[in-house]
Amino acid sequence: MTSSFMSSLYVFVLAGFIGFEVIRRVSPLLHTPLMSLTNALDAIVVVAAIIITGRSESMLSTVLGAVAIAASFSNMVGGFLITDRMLRMFKLSRTKKP
Amino acid sequence: MALFILALKWLSSPASARHGVLAGEIGAALAVVATLCNYEIIEYKWIVVALVVGAVVGIPLGLVHMTAVPQRTALSHAFGALAAAMIGIAEYYVRLPHVSKFDMVEIALEVIIGSLTFTGSLIAAGKLQEVLPQRPITYKGQNFVSLSVLAAAVLIALWLVFHPEYSRLFPVMVGVALIFGVLLVTPIGGADMPTVISLLNSYAGLSAALLGFVLNNKVLVVAGALDGSSGFILSVIMCKAMNRSFTNVMFGAFGQVQVSAGAEKEERTVRSATAEEAASILGNANTVVIVPGYGMAVAQAQHKVRELYDALTKRGVDVKFGIHPVAGRMPGHMNVLLAEADIPYDKLMDMDAINPEFPQTDVALVIGANDVTNPAAKTDQGSPIYGMPILEVDKSRTVMVIKEV
Repeated sequence: MTSSFMSSLYVFVLAGFIGFEVIRRVSPLLHTPLMSLTNALDAIVVVAAIIITGRSESMLSTVLGAVAIAASFSNMVGGFLITDRMLRMFKLSRTKKP
Repeated sequence: MALFILALKWLSSPASARHGVLAGEIGAALAVVATLCNYEIIEYKWIVVALVVGAVVGIPLGLVHMTAVPQRTALSHAFGALAAAMIGIAEYYVRLPHVSKFDMVEIALEVIIGSLTFTGSLIAAGKLQEVLPQRPITYKGQNFVSLSVLAAAVLIALWLVFHPEYSRLFPVMVGVALIFGVLLVTPIGGADMPTVISLLNSYAGLSAALLGFVLNNKVLVVAGALDGSSGFILSVIMCKAMNRSFTNVMFGAFGQVQVSAGAEKEERTVRSATAEEAASILGNANTVVIVPGYGMAVAQAQHKVRELYDALTKRGVDVKFGIHPVAGRMPGHMNVLLAEADIPYDKLMDMDAINPEFPQTDVALVIGANDVTNPAAKTDQGSPIYGMPILEVDKSRTVMVIKEV
């Protein structure tokens, strides 16, 4: 039981708790954008992929890392793009009445 | 990290939601740039190539049509899980001669969850894209087979924890986990997709968080925990909306209740109306509630619905939309489709808000949403959807149903 594990666990529980409190308040209207946004945020694993690719320790780790970069970065770009497109579509009735 | 949490907080209202996306973008961009400056990086060539490939794949995925959002989401769960699994695998081989038991537990767990989420999400995306059959594929002893496969993966993982140097077993473990992902999702039918997508979302988040544990990277832990809890909450909401227990979903034991609905008791007069008759009934109504479902999405009818909405509003009819939590193929799917058709979001009501209004409603117009309005869910104990909360359209004065014949 290393101390780094304990601090990670602490952060995990805390973030899970904050996530729970914040997400519970997201209106059901926006559940689809919520999912695509959390997906885009999740794509932050790209940082880990960049490090493991960049250290170029072995052929294998470089290839696996590069695939991981491509997969997660596509999520990041695509996820933010589609979330924004969806949110732009939500309008109030009064804003569009002539 | 704070930016990520803010991003989600702003999403609580449609008015501030776009700031949320911006906050998320800034947070992600900062993290990527900071990482690129990391001293450990000695070789940039492959990083740049992979980033370009990612952008080339990601941009078209961000521009898909709104009806295709569920499969795009499933695909992005698959990508996210793939990335997490790949990094976990690479990390194992990099550390290989000296992997502590403790690290091995984390890596094995992370790689198993990542792998099964990857194949599971691919199957889900295939079903949603209708490349694979939508109906549940079931066979005798299915749960036994699936659970044995999972058990095999766990046993191999345990063996590896005590003997991390048996590196030949590692790919076997990955393979078994990949197979389990397929087995987990194939028995699930199209109507259960909202729950499955949420659950896979939660798994994808969990694998990212575990990766954060492996690498001792707090940003990953936070992002993963947020994604995981969001997926978890959505699955719970979906389960409640369908009156399914959470364990029922966790074990993928869907397909069980596929008995066809019992004879519906219908006391009111049922008659088919021509389009003209329907138009006159709608035109003379004061209040109309439109209940859209998956049928509307399949028929791409949201723009037609919009024309109807415009025509009725012009005549002074009060039109609202009643949206069941599991309508469509993913949480919130109907809202996005209707918003795409330019229907203002203050007219979109969720189940709890709209149900008390049905008794004062002149016409309830159900468009391809039969299950979520079927009163059998309340009265007929033999019905497969018995106990599922429904939109109480039967309480309104007239019910009109549009469905494919």
